Amino acid sequence: MSFMPYVPPEQLMKDRSEFAHKGIARGKSVVGLELADGLLFLAENVSATLHKISEIYDRIVFAGVGRYSEFEELRIAGVRLADLRGYSYGREDVRARDLANAYSQALSTIFTQQMKPYEVEVLVGEVADDGGHNEIYHVLFDGTVTDRHGFVAIGGNADALTSALEASYAEDWDLATAVREAVKALSSAEDREIQAEAIEAGVLDRARAQRRKFRRLRDDEIAQILAG
Amino acid sequence: MRGDPWGELPTGSIGANPSFFDLVVRTRPELLRAPAPNPGEQLAVPHGTTVLGMKFEGGVVFAGDRRATEGYAIADERMEKVFAADDLSVIAIAGVAGQAGEIVRLFQLELEHYEKITGDRLSLEGKANRLGQMIRGNFPLALQGLVVVPLFGGYDERRAEGRIFYYDATGGRWEEDDYHATGSGGRPAKSSLKKRWRPGMPREEAIRVAVEALIDASQEDAATGGADPARGIFPIVLVVTSEGVTRVEDDDVRAAYEAVVGEGA
Repeated sequence: MSFMPYVPPEQLMKDRSEFAHKGIARGKSVVGLELADGLLFLAENVSATLHKISEIYDRIVFAGVGRYSEFEELRIAGVRLADLRGYSYGREDVRARDLANAYSQALSTIFTQQMKPYEVEVLVGEVADDGGHNEIYHVLFDGTVTDRHGFVAIGGNADALTSALEASYAEDWDLATAVREAVKALSSAEDREIQAEAIEAGVLDRARAQRRKFRRLRDDEIAQILAG
Repeated sequence: MRGDPWGELPTGSIGANPSFFDLVVRTRPELLRAPAPNPGEQLAVPHGTTVLGMKFEGGVVFAGDRRATEGYAIADERMEKVFAADDLSVIAIAGVAGQAGEIVRLFQLELEHYEKITGDRLSLEGKANRLGQMIRGNFPLALQGLVVVPLFGGYDERRAEGRIFYYDATGGRWEEDDYHATGSGGRPAKSSLKKRWRPGMPREEAIRVAVEALIDASQEDAATGGADPARGIFPIVLVVTSEGVTRVEDDDVRAAYEAVVGEGA
């Protein structure tokens, strides 16, 4: 039998929390905003193919910060859960809340039972039908879930981003205004100018005619918005 | 202590498998369970009848009549047998309607799931192969008489042209160079296409030729429905180009129908 030194549970949880926090703080941030006509998720991301922001389902978007391999695993599991749900029940039965709860369960179990906690935070957003309320859920590395309204920033510079957006945010922003303001807030939080090519953005556009409301903003589209 | 940390969240090993069909087979096989064997006796279930597809100058045109039959009875006069599979491809199915609808739904999800998991669209060739494998999966049911025969086509972005594939009940897959029709009225429809089809037809002409072939089929085959202008029932026509899949409006199909009938077809 191997000898395991006694570590008080408080200390264990504190150490794991600190470890996860440090990992997340090293990464870039993502911001999610409610717009007049949908939801915008935006991040600084130098890679054009390794996404932080992705489609999960018709009205649901996923965004992750921290360790890529870990939030990518969560994203794929989420797409699978959503597609299976939609297939065995109906497309409208796939909801962001269920997904957030599933992530919360998984992350909480990993946090307490595995060697190392995941160094990730994720956002799950759902755009409402006309007249409904949008939903944004924020899930932390230990499984804590909160639902957020208006805007939310996660990742390395979340605090600075939040205070930058607090000053400017308005619920009736259109897409172009929101992109400009979010990039401005990112730049001020990072204390440097962020170029259009390094911006990744995805929008859940309620007005989109297709069933799938998610759309990635192209580089030239973002450049045009920022120039205008 | 709780067991698997992922609970309901399905995870994979190295390299996420982007197939939705495999995911269902692996995690929820009961959703795909087939009806028990039915030796000898033919089940009385609705059958969809004639569908066709052809190339035209900008891509492909697919069309299907609206009738479903159950033995000698007409089960449905407004059935849809031609569907958009994704933004750039269509699937048309003849055969047992319930089974066909399920395969279409699975196939649509298969393409969407792949796109979401990998962030990339399957090639048209890849889509066609995948459909063949799914039809092969249906082979035990085909042996019981629940035959499903699809026609698949779309716009191939890499080759910048429209392409058509047809299948048999065993999942065999062949590429067609110009046009194809399948189902109970497939033979008369094909004879009609043989006379009317020519390479590089413009869109309007292709729609008219498709409607004419279906009318010809309905006159030769009891299980194929013709157009019924009085009740507003017209064939379904889908056009795929580099711009995507569009369904031709009923009014335009009506105009094509009137042009064909006016010619004394």
